[in-house]
Amino acid sequence: MRISKSGHLIVPAIAVRNVTQTYGAPGDLRRVVALENISFAVERGEFVTLLGPSGCGKSTLLNIIGGLVEPSQGAVLVGDSPVTKPMPEQMAYVFQESTLFPWYTVGENFALLFRYRGVERPEWKSRTADALAAVGMQAFAAYYPRQLSVGMRQRINLARGIAAGTDILLMDEPFAALDEQSRMVLGEDLSALLSRTGKTILFVTHSIAEAVFLSDRIFVMSSRPGRIKSVITVDEPHPRPPAFMLQSRFAELRNACYSLLRDEIRTAMAEASA
Amino acid sequence: MIVERAVQLGFAIVAVGLWYLVTVTGAVSALFLPAPNDVAAALISLVRTDGFWSAVRVTLTTIAAAYALAVIAGVLTGYALTRSRLLTGAFEPLVSGAFAIPITLFFPLFILFFGIGPESKLAYGAVYGFFPIALNTIAGFANADRRLVDAARSMGIGPAGILRHVLFPAAFPVILTGLRIGFFICFASILGGEAISSDSGIGHNIALTAELFEPAQMYAWIVCVVIAALALNGAVSAIDRRFRET
Repeated sequence: MRISKSGHLIVPAIAVRNVTQTYGAPGDLRRVVALENISFAVERGEFVTLLGPSGCGKSTLLNIIGGLVEPSQGAVLVGDSPVTKPMPEQMAYVFQESTLFPWYTVGENFALLFRYRGVERPEWKSRTADALAAVGMQAFAAYYPRQLSVGMRQRINLARGIAAGTDILLMDEPFAALDEQSRMVLGEDLSALLSRTGKTILFVTHSIAEAVFLSDRIFVMSSRPGRIKSVITVDEPHPRPPAFMLQSRFAELRNACYSLLRDEIRTAMAEASA
Repeated sequence: MIVERAVQLGFAIVAVGLWYLVTVTGAVSALFLPAPNDVAAALISLVRTDGFWSAVRVTLTTIAAAYALAVIAGVLTGYALTRSRLLTGAFEPLVSGAFAIPITLFFPLFILFFGIGPESKLAYGAVYGFFPIALNTIAGFANADRRLVDAARSMGIGPAGILRHVLFPAAFPVILTGLRIGFFICFASILGGEAISSDSGIGHNIALTAELFEPAQMYAWIVCVVIAALALNGAVSAIDRRFRET
């Protein structure tokens, strides 16, 4: 917890306290410790990435923070409130593009975001239009997701998260289904977009380059049981130009992440084959 | 589309032509297969009788009632059994196992419990039609994408909204297939049941005219079933297409 210049406590946007997640009863041979005693805080406006090998529990951790999964032990605070269920006023999710509801048009997908949160009907259209315009997709409100390319769908999915109007965005490998080029372009857009909105972002990925390009801090996780192995700070202002990726600082950070990860990836692979 | 229709029509003409040929040459006895013109004549006189229309009414109302029961019970059961993984895991094999048993074997029990009237056929058709509808409903709900449910939950959408906006639309195409199979199983089992043991209905009249050795009349009844089956299949396909488009 930090103290401001005027002497007040600054409450972090998200505080994770001693979160442990296990599956199976104690003593059970098949008992799995997915996450072990994880604690950290995310400051307001910060972009934090959870980076780790497949199966390290990073998505589970995100789902615990988002209130979709209840932790076996520990607690999560958003501002001053403990998270016990999804908090749509505080946190919005961006999953992979395939979580746009395929049976609804883009506009109807956005409407669902508002209708269960008591947003007045006249506001739906304008907020949808604004969010779509922010990602350059304003012309596609009447389209069904299947009529659009994967990249377009992911832009729209991103816009859906933004349209929720929350201070916090939880992003679970949002670009995993995209090809390398689209990933880079969308990452760049995201960096530009977020520097304007000042949102707090918790981002899950297994792409090292993506993590370094976007994050203020990277939490490198160990393979199962998932722990925060190391924290890497990326002290580069937003929005970050693509040229950042060509700088030696970028390469240094990427290599630092990789050397932290490679043993974990080997362990995870050995476990998977066992 | 037009070419396919033309081929279908040509095929039907050839089939009826062959039918005519084997009867007019005496290759097949008229006792087993009367000439198409005799069957047509029997059909024309048949539709002028009150008995015909009352038999049609009995069969169609039995099918409608049995199907309605099968749909309601099948969809509700299917939905209920997907409310927990334990329930699905425990009961899905039971339902699919029960469907593998030829329920025809239990037909005498239906007669015993519900009598010789349309009620026994109604129950029999409803029970038979229930299984494919329940099984497809289970498959539809159980295979709905969990991440879509998570996305909806993260938006603060409650269980009723998730059912309406996520689970049901996800399950619907699969349920629709079940509704279709269930309908034809209902149709076939009720006509079959009427032919085996009944006091009214189209199936009953087919069996009766066969016993009375009235082949032209028997075929006239069968032609009615064929026409009804084709018409109902067309209607079901049209409804199916309409739902799938949206």
